Amino acid sequence: MNPFIRLMKKLSLLFDRGRFLRELDEEMAFHRAQAENEFVAGGMTPQAARYAAMRQFGNATKLREQSHETVAFSVETVAQDLRFALRQCTNNPGFALTAILILALGMGVSVAIFGFVDAALLQPLPYANPGRLMSVNENSVESPRWPLSYPDYLDWQRLNKSFSSLDVYSGAGYLLSASSGAEPVQAERVSGGFFQTLGVHPMLGRDFYPGEDRPGGPNVVLLSYGAWLHRFGARRDAVGQTVDLDGKAFTIVGVLPRAFSFAPSGNAEFWVPLNSFSPHEKMRTFYEFMGIGRLREGVTTQAALAEMSAIAKQLQRQYAIPGRDQSASVVPLSEIIIGDVRPILLTVLGGAGLLLLIACVNVSSLVLVRAESRRREIAVRGALGATRLRLARQFITEGLLLAVFGSLAGIILAIGIMKLLGRLVPKDMASSMTFLGGVGLNAHTGAFAAAIALLAALLLAATPMLRLSFQTVRDGLADGDRGAAGRLWRRLGANLVIVELAIAVVLLAGAGLLGQSLYRLLRVPLGFDPNHLATVRVMAPATVYQGDEQMAGLYGEVVRRLSSLPGVEFAGMTSMLPVECNCAIDRIHFPGRPYHGEHNDVDERHVSAEYLPTLRARLVRGRLFSDAEDASRPGVAVINQALARKYFPGEDPVGQEIANDESGRPSLWEIVGVVDDVREGPLDADTGPAEYFPINQTRDHYFSIAVRTRQDAGALLPVLVSILHEIDPKLGVSDEATMNEKIDGTQAALLHRFSAWLVGGFATMALVLGVVGLYGVIAYSVSQRTREIGVRMALGAQRSSVYKLVMRQAGWLTLAGLTIGLVCSVGTSLLIRNLLFGVRAWDAATLCCVAALLGLASMAASFLPAHRAASVNPTDALRAE
Amino acid sequence: MVDEMAKKPDLLHGTLDLLILKTLARAPLHGYGVALSIKRLSGDVLTVEEGSLYPALQRLLLQGWVKAEWKMTETNRRARFYTLTAAGRRQLGIELSQFEQMIAAIGRVLSDAQEA
Repeated sequence: MNPFIRLMKKLSLLFDRGRFLRELDEEMAFHRAQAENEFVAGGMTPQAARYAAMRQFGNATKLREQSHETVAFSVETVAQDLRFALRQCTNNPGFALTAILILALGMGVSVAIFGFVDAALLQPLPYANPGRLMSVNENSVESPRWPLSYPDYLDWQRLNKSFSSLDVYSGAGYLLSASSGAEPVQAERVSGGFFQTLGVHPMLGRDFYPGEDRPGGPNVVLLSYGAWLHRFGARRDAVGQTVDLDGKAFTIVGVLPRAFSFAPSGNAEFWVPLNSFSPHEKMRTFYEFMGIGRLREGVTTQAALAEMSAIAKQLQRQYAIPGRDQSASVVPLSEIIIGDVRPILLTVLGGAGLLLLIACVNVSSLVLVRAESRRREIAVRGALGATRLRLARQFITEGLLLAVFGSLAGIILAIGIMKLLGRLVPKDMASSMTFLGGVGLNAHTGAFAAAIALLAALLLAATPMLRLSFQTVRDGLADGDRGAAGRLWRRLGANLVIVELAIAVVLLAGAGLLGQSLYRLLRVPLGFDPNHLATVRVMAPATVYQGDEQMAGLYGEVVRRLSSLPGVEFAGMTSMLPVECNCAIDRIHFPGRPYHGEHNDVDERHVSAEYLPTLRARLVRGRLFSDAEDASRPGVAVINQALARKYFPGEDPVGQEIANDESGRPSLWEIVGVVDDVREGPLDADTGPAEYFPINQTRDHYFSIAVRTRQDAGALLPVLVSILHEIDPKLGVSDEATMNEKIDGTQAALLHRFSAWLVGGFATMALVLGVVGLYGVIAYSVSQRTREIGVRMALGAQRSSVYKLVMRQAGWLTLAGLTIGLVCSVGTSLLIRNLLFGVRAWDAATLCCVAALLGLASMAASFLPAHRAASVNPTDALRAE
Repeated sequence: MVDEMAKKPDLLHGTLDLLILKTLARAPLHGYGVALSIKRLSGDVLTVEEGSLYPALQRLLLQGWVKAEWKMTETNRRARFYTLTAAGRRQLGIELSQFEQMIAAIGRVLSDAQEA
């Protein structure tokens, strides 16, 4: 018989149970009536016949049930189990709530973190066939991804056979003229095929036409969705309008789709074709453009790398470029976009996983205790004839019920955590973490959550089974306190607690190390005083400020007006503030020394005379610049100690000269002074060599101002902005912030803070769960040993020895957990050593602190039950038997 | 009733389905008819307990070996008549041959035991 049809029959019976029973009743009534008739025919009185028929027929209800059992599912009993399980939960809400909460916590945290991991690391980038997209660049010893020069790019594009298309991009800033005044905006200059290479099509208007990216091409611009929405009110007729960027009219030809984002470009709003070049951008040795390429089908990354490196070497020979061998770098684009966050996300996921594990262990031991306390109930049910299977099913039902509630709560919690964490990421950083948009409950996270829920269900259902199978009815009915089962549980529960404590140690150690890293990072020697320092970014329109005199006039005016403000000590300007990045790199050489194109790369900053005193950078030798040193005078430079150490070891750099190509012109700079290292690059990177040139000799339209204040720097920020607009409303002013805000907001600080806080949070929860678990085991053990303790005390044991008895047990467990945990944590610390800053993976102080913390917490947790044990009244304990 | 039951030989385990199928193979019957027929044909030796009969009928229904329909009896009462289906006829054949094999096997064992 077709099992499907049978199932359907059963189903129809299930839904039409009333009819089934009615028919059965009628059938049985008929049967009785027939039997009655026969008895009457045999000579009985009708009355006697009826009784005889009923007697013969037997218990109608039982018969009905038997018939029904034959055809029904086992749902009825399942429903019974479920009702009973629910009643168990409501009878003992403490247990059920605790189990559900712990499960929800572990699950919520791990699903939420997995959501981020999935969005960042597992989901493909939002481009066509993203696996074939590569970041294609030059390669140098100092930096594995060195930008391309424009002529090199053209040759690479022409010569290569590995890529179906090769494009470049380069960040740019423009001054947007709007009715409200000038505003600096982020833009990106891209080669013409950039969007085709990514496989992105404008949602409105068109992509760049071929040829629009040749030198002298038209001023056209594609808007980002955000710019279209906020600056043009999402009007369709924005396409075709013109927009004033840096005093030039650009025609809007299209709008990029909402889902489009390109992390390396951050929040760029305006995308223009690469068709106008400064003189130095046309040089073969001016490296400024980052490349992306789409690999042809069948070409491997290695093959492409080999080909591009060969091309790089060939070009080096052909154009007699001095220096070390040039080569190329070809890495998947995804690596560039998510490479930074991968170790942090994996670390946090690991932490969440450990927390989940500890939560599961905790819930398991809760369930074990519960099964233990229900031993008698189970034994009685067994003695009354419940089969093993039926008893097992009861436990499985209860476990599943807990798992379902816990998982539902966990998923809700996960959604909340994902939203919360997503909001905690600062806007600046979020723009380069475009995957954040994909975080949420989707197929992947849903499947992950389902897998965890299944695991939890298995665990919750299986744990008491483990317990059940060890037990015989007879043992259960007997007073089991002294039975083997009690010992067995104690051992199992104790082992589980050791696991919990060990995990807590691992998480605590990780949190300690990450926290120390954050602490050290924020207290890394800066080489300047970040307190009472207000900063702002300024962009001067090149159309207005054309000559050296005009720029010098602007610089002078800005410094004069700002330093005369009340509460301001100094004001200075720089091409780039400290702690931002190791960019604006200059390749220098030294007149009088042989030069073969070595990559002598140093940070280059253009600063006003007052800038270094404003930072309170310490002058070590020589002097700083004066304002009088302008374009009409010979070039001068101040260098940092790192440069002096690296290039002038054992000699006095003051009076020596540095040579470079400044804006495409060979230039010479006389070193007039040496300052202590100011941390120009990220907090977590070593401070490299740096050179400071007078801003009056270099002419920057884009610069930052630093103001040393006597009081709170934050209060001065609005004043700074209004003074700058007073000086010239056409100045673009942005990014006003105090130096401390800037430091706190750097990527390094944020990433370290993110991981330290998250892992710290996990560790706290783990500590609480572990200690509560320990408390549970000790308290349970004490409650089981009440009689023994009573006997001991009756025989003359002192209270202190009872304390000792209990504390010794707790001490052993803690010690075992600590030892295993410390050994494991050295291993896990080695795994996260790339995230550590200024602290070693096996930092003894951290491990000692963790051990002390956990030891104290454990002792505190076991003191309560020990106290209870010591307060046992021997007479009561003995009488209780 | 308990006493009554004790006097009668038990139905050999697993043979009830076979008896019902065989009975229904002759003619469609209601539940009472099936019980009565088995009792008469066995010369009052085999009494089908109602507690076994109706669950067994439900089982056979579920397997699709019999089908049931409400009809009128000669005395004009509504009763559920069971009819053997084609599948039931096949099943009857299978069970018959199994039963014969078993009886033969038991017979061999018993005769052997007598000789010994």
